[in-house]
Amino acid sequence: MSLQLHGAVGRGAFHRDASLSVNDGDVLAITGPNGSGKSTILHTIAGLVSLLHGTLKCNDDIWDAPANQMFIQSEKRSCAVVFQDVRLFPHMNVISNVAYGLRAHGVNKQQAHAQSLEALSQVGLHGFEFRAPHELSGGEQQRVALARALVLKPRVMLLDEPFAAIDAGSRTALRQLMPEVLATFPGVTVLVSHDPADVESLANSHLAL
Amino acid sequence: MKLTRSSSLLIAFAVIAAVFLSLPLVAIFIRVPWSDLGSMLSEKSTRDALLISMQTSLIAALLSCLFGVPLAWLLARSSLRGISMLRVVCITPMVLPPVVGGIALLTAFGRKGIVGQYLYDWFNISLPFTRSAVVMAQVFVAIPFLVLAVEASFRQSGRELEDAARTLGASPSRVFFTVALPAARPAIVAGLALAWARSLGEFGASITFAGSFPGRTQTLPMAVYELVSVDYRLSLVLSLVLIFISVGVLATMRDRWMVGR
Repeated sequence: MSLQLHGAVGRGAFHRDASLSVNDGDVLAITGPNGSGKSTILHTIAGLVSLLHGTLKCNDDIWDAPANQMFIQSEKRSCAVVFQDVRLFPHMNVISNVAYGLRAHGVNKQQAHAQSLEALSQVGLHGFEFRAPHELSGGEQQRVALARALVLKPRVMLLDEPFAAIDAGSRTALRQLMPEVLATFPGVTVLVSHDPADVESLANSHLAL
Repeated sequence: MKLTRSSSLLIAFAVIAAVFLSLPLVAIFIRVPWSDLGSMLSEKSTRDALLISMQTSLIAALLSCLFGVPLAWLLARSSLRGISMLRVVCITPMVLPPVVGGIALLTAFGRKGIVGQYLYDWFNISLPFTRSAVVMAQVFVAIPFLVLAVEASFRQSGRELEDAARTLGASPSRVFFTVALPAARPAIVAGLALAWARSLGEFGASITFAGSFPGRTQTLPMAVYELVSVDYRLSLVLSLVLIFISVGVLATMRDRWMVGR
């Protein structure tokens, strides 16, 4: 069971070749200077950007293969993203943010609520469920985003510089939490980071662009 | 602040502009027959015009919202070729002389219009000079105001939250209703108020396409226009009503427009 990408990614005038393969339970770290295409690779895996050519496969499912005119829409891929800029829905409270994906997948309200509470506990945010995103610190917001991704039990989890936009105080707590979370996550994880320490502590394979 | 000759000149010009804008409104306040206000407002012709104006403008504002919000979404999010041309077409009624809008509506939906002739021949539907025509004329001139306000909001809020929703498994329609629409709510409210105010003040397109028939299609602005030469005092009273409503709309949107103290 794995995620495989071989081909060229790009958007606008930018494009580059990319080749990666990650197995379940593994964490691949992608590093490189700004503008090297780290986020573009992540967005391609998530289905927010199309491959220019080549193939993107998750297990035996083809997610993107332009030559065969195959493209699975982002919402149909079992792939959750934790974005660098967090992207919580500002008009929803914490529990509604976490439950959003479950509700979109047709899980009933009570079950979605229960599973979301569990996910919030997993990231250390028990008791935060009825707060608004703007009442949380940067680190707490990013934990909500992590819970929102984890609760879906996706096959692939994409972490786009998850520590970058957070204040230094919250960053330490999130850095301590992340290895625990990733150790129990059974799927494929792809982490984009520019910090060698994060790569060292979280990833077991590394792609330098 | 020390006044130099040039800054004095600037202030003088600013004062002239402010006086020019406010004086006509003040004039109406001074000349309105306040003592007869109650009886004039309760006259049947006044009540009819007020009722038709309120009814048609509210329907027009809601229709503008119902169709304008999806249009704003399309203009903000579509990368199709020709979308900028579509935007130009959609906002043209803002700058078009309203009477031309009325002629255009008549040419399209009149009994011999390019669409209207079939409506009449096939379904026996005749739109001109009906209350529906008043609403259509109001939507025609009002919808661009809503579309521009809401499109700007969709553009400003960007795709980021919508992309996040999609990666969580939300279908495009779910993304629209649960993420994009709530984010645009303040702009939709502002656009709705603008569209309503524009509909309420609509005159040129309506009188051309719907005519001014008291009790049927005559709105407040049409009544004001007809009363100017017949009963000037009553036209002042109706103008005052329209001023109050306009100021009311402005007050509801003070956060958007009234900056400073």
